[in-house]
Amino acid sequence: MKYLKNIRIALSVLFFLPIFIFFIDFTGKLPLQLHKLLSIQWIPAILSINLVVIGILFVLSLLFGRIYCSTICPLGILQDVLTWKSRFFRKKRKKIRYEYTPAKNILRYSILALTLVVFIAGSSFLVILLDPYSTFGRIASQLFRPLAIWGNNFLAYVFSAMGNYTFYKVEQVSFVPLAFGIALTFFLLVTWLSWLKGRTYCNTICPVGTSLGLLSKISFFHISMEKSTCTRCGACEKQCKSQCIDSKTMQIDDSRCVSCFNCLSACKKNSISYKFRYKNQPVQVTEPKINNSRRTFLLTSGAVFASVALANTNKILGQNDSILSRKPIMPPGAKSLERFNEHCTGCQLCVTKCPMQVLKPATLQYGITGITQPHLSFSTHVFCTYDCNICSNVCPTGALQPLSMEEKKLTQLGIASFRKHKCVVYTDEKDCGACSEHCPTQAVHMIPYKNGLTIPEVTEDLCIGCGACESICPARPHKAIYVEGTTQQRKARKPSEAKKFDKKIDDFGF
Amino acid sequence: MKRRDFFKSAAIVGIASFFKTNAFGSVLSGKDIAVHSEPDLVAVMGGEPEVMLLRALKEFGGIKNFVKKGQKVVIKPNIGWDRKPELAANTNPELVGALVRLCKSAGASEVIVFDHTCHDWQKSYANSGIEKAVTAAGGKMVPANDESYYRDVELPRGVNLKKAKIHHALLECDVWFNVPVLKHHGGAKNTISMKNLMGIVWDRSFFHSHDLHQCIADAATFHKKPALNIVDAYRIMKSNGPQGKSESDVVKLKSLLVSPDYVAVDTAAMKLFSQVQPTDLKDVRYIALAEKNKVGTQNLEKLNVKRIKL
Repeated sequence: MKYLKNIRIALSVLFFLPIFIFFIDFTGKLPLQLHKLLSIQWIPAILSINLVVIGILFVLSLLFGRIYCSTICPLGILQDVLTWKSRFFRKKRKKIRYEYTPAKNILRYSILALTLVVFIAGSSFLVILLDPYSTFGRIASQLFRPLAIWGNNFLAYVFSAMGNYTFYKVEQVSFVPLAFGIALTFFLLVTWLSWLKGRTYCNTICPVGTSLGLLSKISFFHISMEKSTCTRCGACEKQCKSQCIDSKTMQIDDSRCVSCFNCLSACKKNSISYKFRYKNQPVQVTEPKINNSRRTFLLTSGAVFASVALANTNKILGQNDSILSRKPIMPPGAKSLERFNEHCTGCQLCVTKCPMQVLKPATLQYGITGITQPHLSFSTHVFCTYDCNICSNVCPTGALQPLSMEEKKLTQLGIASFRKHKCVVYTDEKDCGACSEHCPTQAVHMIPYKNGLTIPEVTEDLCIGCGACESICPARPHKAIYVEGTTQQRKARKPSEAKKFDKKIDDFGF
Repeated sequence: MKRRDFFKSAAIVGIASFFKTNAFGSVLSGKDIAVHSEPDLVAVMGGEPEVMLLRALKEFGGIKNFVKKGQKVVIKPNIGWDRKPELAANTNPELVGALVRLCKSAGASEVIVFDHTCHDWQKSYANSGIEKAVTAAGGKMVPANDESYYRDVELPRGVNLKKAKIHHALLECDVWFNVPVLKHHGGAKNTISMKNLMGIVWDRSFFHSHDLHQCIADAATFHKKPALNIVDAYRIMKSNGPQGKSESDVVKLKSLLVSPDYVAVDTAAMKLFSQVQPTDLKDVRYIALAEKNKVGTQNLEKLNVKRIKL
């Protein structure tokens, strides 16, 4: 049955590579359609209530166990790659030899329960933090992508010095300490665990893994041991990255088996096989002898209260306007703040696909529970492109609803607010008009001021809050025009067209 | 091609490039032996971009008068915006393409085109149609989206703008053409040849915070003048500039103005523009300020102006 392992590896490569490259791609040359691969992930499918995908994943898990963890989940495959590469750092390049360890039930069920309760209480805080796909997205976009851009920029530097412009300099990912810190923490955690203990992360911390474990306990196919031929040599146990095979008692903990099939090729006696569970009499599931329920309950409920309290601090923080200089600006298609905060897992896909890099992972703009969710942050020449709706169309969790180009052009992300006393036309009495120049709808336009000068004026119902005006305003240290965020994205009025000029000109005029 | 032939031609090209034609070029440079009847400004009306360009250049003695064999040429159109050609937010791609072809036919070793765009540079290059026209004509689009492409340049005659970072391609070339489009402009009132210089510098926000008009006039004192300013008025943007909202902002004038004098060509362009959208020349302050900087003259009467209708 060796072929099962090969199929698993082939499938995981097929899923992993496109996703990985999609997150890294800074040229925008990869087809955006690749984002469809990401809607096959568990948490995005649940959040966007994609019943078809949920159904398919559920049936697959019920049939074959946790193949999601070993072939579809990018974080799972990243760990396999790390484990595989860890051989280069070991003495004599040996493979890891695993040993059976009992399941950390208290921990894993507590984390799962906590995540669920907090989510039901209305906060995505733990879902954002623990969703394996989003964790992978943060690692890829915050750690691997900057490296790729550095590499490119180095090549651009070398090549352009020789007059070759095949490579061009790309703006580096803006450094957001908190998002970087979270990505790095999880990367180190996952690396450490995968190097020493295989899939411990998936079987203890990951709430998706734990939930799927409940399903794989009863999956139609599972790994089973033929006790009559088994010599208890332990070869399978050494290969088991889930550390769920106990060769001494000849027991396999199905809830932790990720269906990697490594054990199948290890057994010389062919005593271990991937079999239909319900053919013979059902295998008795041995329950742990210690009754942990009381302990688990106390731990869980304590932690739940702590998280709910933590989750609510954003409300406490949010009330104080003086801490936040202004309301955060959500990406187009977010609709309402509440809906957006609940559905976005901060996977960073929109951030990596934004051609202007105006989307950045939030620090505390949305409060503690919205860490790493995307928001618009304007700087010189960095604003939301008028003719672009990419972010709303790649979002796998439905936090950003798809917008057509026409809808996007009329979606108010915020409203420009003009402060005359800071404007250079007022302070220096000199022409500027940079804001109006960059305004795509002419919501910001110039009106007569004095001595032939013109000064900006904002027509609010025309403004879509793209931030072009704010990004280019030369007033320092405080900009004379800035975009105030909104909690509800409304529809802007369609800009009226100029009067057509249809007289014939056939003189030069000089 | 046979291997031997390849080596032969490679060797010939190698030797030829060793003797850079600049040395001969400067001796025979068109300027020195130019006949005095050469016009100061040529205005053409009523043709397609390429036809008008050829006609105007004919008055100046043809492209060979400006581009010598083996020279590096830079063309600086307006590619500021991610807009299609019909919206006239950027220079007409046919005009740019035709100019690249002419330079190549005159023996230019390389024709480079760039602009420091306001919108995403790759989208602007592509959707303006200019990238396609330039590459098809054998020219090269070069990025200008990063400070590393710019070098410090002193502008001793500048009043407010005394130094600027200018794109290295422009500093290293032998000859360059300034190819703006005639447009209304919310900030500077109008954008023509001098305003187009904001696309060769890196730090534009300095312009806006230190009297835009004065800085534009100061930029025009940059010592390396374009061989010609070729103002595209095939389609002009009469309102909502510099981006425009729709084709209602666009008027087809089918015109082209060519002059080595920034001030003269901008003055003429404003007079052409005012027939569509009356504008007081005094409000486009940078034109008078540039004249004060001794960049050129507003007095068209004194110049040898050729008006050609096709």
